[in-house]
Order: sequence, then structure tokens, then C-alpha cells
Amino acid sequence: MIEVRDLNVRFGKVHAVRGASFTVAEGESFGLVGESGSGKSTVLRALAGLVTGWTGSMSMAGCALGRRRDAAFHRAVQMVFQDPYGSLHPRQTVDRILSEPLIVHRIPDADQRIARALEEVALPRAVRFRFPHQLSGGQRQRVAVARALIAGPSVLLLDEPTSALDATVQAEVLNLLADLRAARRLTCILVSHNLAVVAHLCTRLAVMQQGEIVETLDEAALRGGRATHPHTKELIALSRDLDGTG
Amino acid sequence: MTPLAEIRGLHVDFPGSTGWQPAVRGVSLVLGREKLGLVGESGSGKSVTGRALMRLLPPSARIRAETLRVAGTDLLTATPEAMRRLRGARIGLILQDPKFSLNPVMPAGEQIAEAWRAHHRGSRREAREAALELLSQVLIRDPARVFAAYPHELSGGMGQRVMIAMMLAPGPDLLIADEPTSALDATVQAEILRLLDRLVSDRGMGLVLISHDLPLVSRFCDRIVVMYGGRVMEELRAADLHAARHPYTRGLLNCLPRLDAARQRLPVLARDPAWLEGP
Repeated sequence: MIEVRDLNVRFGKVHAVRGASFTVAEGESFGLVGESGSGKSTVLRALAGLVTGWTGSMSMAGCALGRRRDAAFHRAVQMVFQDPYGSLHPRQTVDRILSEPLIVHRIPDADQRIARALEEVALPRAVRFRFPHQLSGGQRQRVAVARALIAGPSVLLLDEPTSALDATVQAEVLNLLADLRAARRLTCILVSHNLAVVAHLCTRLAVMQQGEIVETLDEAALRGGRATHPHTKELIALSRDLDGTG
Repeated sequence: MTPLAEIRGLHVDFPGSTGWQPAVRGVSLVLGREKLGLVGESGSGKSVTGRALMRLLPPSARIRAETLRVAGTDLLTATPEAMRRLRGARIGLILQDPKFSLNPVMPAGEQIAEAWRAHHRGSRREAREAALELLSQVLIRDPARVFAAYPHELSGGMGQRVMIAMMLAPGPDLLIADEPTSALDATVQAEILRLLDRLVSDRGMGLVLISHDLPLVSRFCDRIVVMYGGRVMEELRAADLHAARHPYTRGLLNCLPRLDAARQRLPVLARDPAWLEGP
């Protein structure tokens, strides 16, 4: 479904992503982990078309991705960002936020679709005419998920979707993402620094360090601690230590 | 031994559109020279409780308590001058993001030297030496370089070390750290907490670590106070966390995804309105 070959991204002198390659099958959830500055978010943004200066090749559903993406791409690929405080327009109501993708992609039946989208992410109907600041962090992230799903995408790019949330709210959003993924057969790429979150949602993952993918492993190897690269081992040991399971 | 801090029946309210909105509702705590974790979700009142210990709440807030005493000073009756002598000298405060709590247009070392000079008598040179010494105590390998650096030239972990050095400069008895590592990477997070842990133990200080991260806090504190809705739900020794009794504490622990075992669904916390009532 998604294939990335030898992706390089440079911001001026900074070589942010160095020769990253990976593939994600249809319906699979793939994780990208690493510390801040490892380039994991940049890979996601390059895939989404939000980064310009890249070289290498990326393809989605068999079609090579160019510098400019067409409307069909933007309908098929949607992104959810870390901070629901920054990613929703503060002066727009939820209704307006959710109708934007429908207007852009000329999708009819806005009224019904918005009602259904809110229902799908388990938000009460009353939320529809509220502003983002009137919602809790978890409700805001649900709105962001609803906005990403309303145009019926096949690929969901998630950039630290639960890092800004309390543990209990994180559990609700993770359950929601798991349900939606199964119901809509979505292909997902999840960027996170939290190994437990990645293991929960993803079957395979790549570990990044200083712009390079240093190891790709599956969920069982991650949980079983069967990593080969020292950086992966370090991240696993740290995660266990802080979990209190070490 | 007299406690470092004593809170009895603390209530803090903020003015809202429909009258007083309670943020802290009857919290009682006694703190010795120990590491205490104050844990809860956003809106649980943990930060407001921490701020009340320094009387750093907005003037519009209404504070009521039977006892609110820190390092021998009664905060309910202390004059602004007495509070100024208390803050910094006896109690230090470390906040989440050093980017916002350091002065952006002053070299890091000067800020530490300034903090030192505000509470010690000494020349500029002595202050500079004290600052360099503090920088090496927070395990900065090249203190001279960091001394001259502006905050934007430092990484998050480095900035937080500078912040800690600055708070240690006056030699306080009590350190309040409000989410000191939430803006940092996991590796840096562990380093900073180990550093805080060591400094607090070596200097025999008290530490209040305020955080939303229950497992993390239990790794570094002696005792944990779990707050919800402005009230204390449970108080327990960090080592006994796995034996927590209160359904809220258990819910907080259970809802985390785990690395060692796969789970189909994460249990979602069912909040009992009764938690907000009663004694």
C-alpha cells in the first residue's frame, strides 16, 4: 500500500532524514519510534506532502508520489496531529471544522455526514455547535479524528496522537482508533516516542535515530525484547524502567 | 521533627461565571524531608496545591485553610515581605518548560549568579564561581560554555538543568517540581529525575514532584498522593503502588498500554461521582 525507498529530507544544512526505506501493507498499522529530532515526524510529513525538499521515491497504492499531490491523494490520506489545541481552528465551530473537508472534496450530504462522524467518535450531538475551547482535550482530539475520517480516507497518518492527553483519555482515544481502524480497514502510520502505545496499535515498527531507520521489527520482537540494534534495546530498557515493569 | 510543610483543610476557589469554582477541596498533607509525588489528571488540583505552598496563586483566588505552614512560616498570615524571604531561599519551584521559565535575553550562568546573589552576600566573582560550581553539580560537563550560553542555545534537558541549578543556588529546604520532565524526551526525562533524586537526597531537602504520570512518579518518590477533582483520593507508599486500593488509582494504572503484555482493549476509567463527596 505504502512504499518508501531511500527517502532523504534536508532542511538547509540539516540532513533530517537519511535514506529511510520501509513498506506498509494494506490494512496494516506501522509504527515509527525515536527520540525528538530523530526524523520520525519528518518522514510522516514528507508522506503527507507537507515537506518539500525531499529526494528518493514514495508510492501509495502503486502510484508514485510527486512533489505536488492531487485532490484524490488528499482525500485518501489524512493526518491527525499531536496537539488538539493547535490543530483545530479556534474561531470555527466543530460543525464548521468538519464541513471544511466536505466542501474541499465536494462531498454531498454534509449535514448527515457530520452527524454520523460525531457519532462514530462518540461525541455528544451538543458538541457540534461548540468552539474548540469549550471542549476538553480528549473531545478535541476526537474532533480531529472525526475531521480526518469524514472524507473517507484509506490511509491515516497519526503524529503522536495521544501524547498531549491524560492517561485515561489516552486509553479512550487509543480504543477509538483501534475500533475505527478495524471498521474502516484503514492503513495507519503512527509516530510516537512511547513504545507501549506503538506496541498497542501497531504490528510492525521502525526505530529511528538521527534521521536513519536503525531497525525494523514486529510487535512480538518488541514485546519480547528481541531487538538487535543497541538504540532499540536502550529504548526498550528505558520504557520498562519507567513503566516499573523492568 | 517538625514537618517542612503542613497543609490542613486547604480549599482554593477561583471566580467563575456562576460563582466560586472550587479547584482544591479540603486537601491535607504533611511533608517531611522526603520525596512526595502529587499525582492526578489535568484539573485535579495538584498544581494549584503546589502553588498554594508558595502562595503563588492569582489575587482573584480565594484560599482557605486551617493550617498552611511551610518551613515554619504561616502562609495564611505572612506579609508580602516574609513571602519574598521564603520564596527562593526556603522553597524553590521548577516548572515544566525551561524555554518559558528562563529569561531569554540573559546568559544562563548570569541567571544562576543572580539567584545566588539575591540570597547570599558576595561579590560578582563569588557569584560567578558559585554558579559554575552549581552547573557542575547538575552534571553539566562544560560549565563555562553553558554559563555563557543564552537559553535558546540550550537543549530542553540542558535548560532544565540550568533551572535546577538556579533553584538550588539559595540552598532551599523544599523543592516543588511541577511536571519538570513532561516537555523532555524519555532518556532525558530519566536523567533529570535521577539528578533531582540525588541532589534532594544529598542535600537532605524535601521534594514535591507534581505529575500526571503515576508509574514515573512511583519510581522516584517515597510517597504518593493521588488527587482527583481537588481532593485526595489515596495516599500510599510508592513501593506499595501495585497494592493501591482506591478505584481511581487502580483505574489510572490499568488504562496504560503495556509493553510486556498485549491487550485487546484498554480498560476505560469509570468515574464515580461519590469520589467527589464525603470526608
